[in-house]
Amino acid sequence: MRINGQIEDGAPRPLPRTLGELLAARGIDPAARYLAVAVNGAIVPRGEWPSLALADADDVEIVRPREGG
Amino acid sequence: MAAAPADPLVIAGHSFASRLFMGSAGYPNQQIMLEALAASGTGLVTMSIRRVSLDGYGESTIDLLGGRYRLLPNTAGCATARDAVLTARLAREALGTDWVKLEIIGDRETLHPDVGQLLAATETLAADGFVVLPYCNDDPVACRKLAMSGAAAIMPLGSPIGSGMGLCNPYNIALICRQSPVPVILDAGIGTASDAALAMELGCAGVLLNSAVAKAEDPLRMARAMRAAVAAGRDAFLAGRIPRRGYAQPSSPQLGIVGA
Repeated sequence: MRINGQIEDGAPRPLPRTLGELLAARGIDPAARYLAVAVNGAIVPRGEWPSLALADADDVEIVRPREGG
Repeated sequence: MAAAPADPLVIAGHSFASRLFMGSAGYPNQQIMLEALAASGTGLVTMSIRRVSLDGYGESTIDLLGGRYRLLPNTAGCATARDAVLTARLAREALGTDWVKLEIIGDRETLHPDVGQLLAATETLAADGFVVLPYCNDDPVACRKLAMSGAAAIMPLGSPIGSGMGLCNPYNIALICRQSPVPVILDAGIGTASDAALAMELGCAGVLLNSAVAKAEDPLRMARAMRAAVAAGRDAFLAGRIPRRGYAQPSSPQLGIVGA
């Protein structure tokens, strides 16, 4: 699984099985504003975050706005 | 309710009283950033979209700017249409805006845009309901093609991002302005106030700058200077300047000269 560009192979921590699990494991508050998530290039609406199932080969991007020109 | 601005800049049906757009990066600290943005009088501030640090995240620029300014997310750092399109969609989701500054880089050193990828991404995003503002080079043909592909405004560079070299090819910028069916916003390379004024004098509808203010010795003062420069340049453009001549043309009356 690729999470924000980093490959996770299930060791030492097991791969998350849902997006909700992933966010919780990384200390990301799913109610926080200004967050967006895509899995395999497709935007995941916020309402689906808790339940969306993740497959081992999924590519997950979790982003927020930062300073920029 | 405030009166409608005189001489507004209109992009995709939205009216801006200020023709100066600002970036949010590179300030000495966030307090100075907020003060400079306020002093600039801007109505549009750009931001980037980045992966969340997965070790948790602290206070951030977006929390300071979110309620205060209309935001324009960029796709800075993307080198392909595919990455830029995904970034734009993530930005829309994160910020709730259809607007995007489309940046697709063709050269990591000069940060010149990849025009081919820009055209492809502009078409895709415009079809997906985005208000696309592509950062592009100063090639009049590329700019025209981007407008035809659905860009809501065109944002040609004056010189490379952060270089402070000003407008390297004012002739091209003037030509782009004359030919463009959409507003032209000079974006990148502005170094000081006279660069911003020149862009407006050439016919640009607005200017987008970041480093010129954020990295000035006195960002607050430079923000005020830029505000004045954009306004001055716009007035000069609308006032209709005198032509350049290769010879002198006396301004005082020619008759009644003492001693003649």
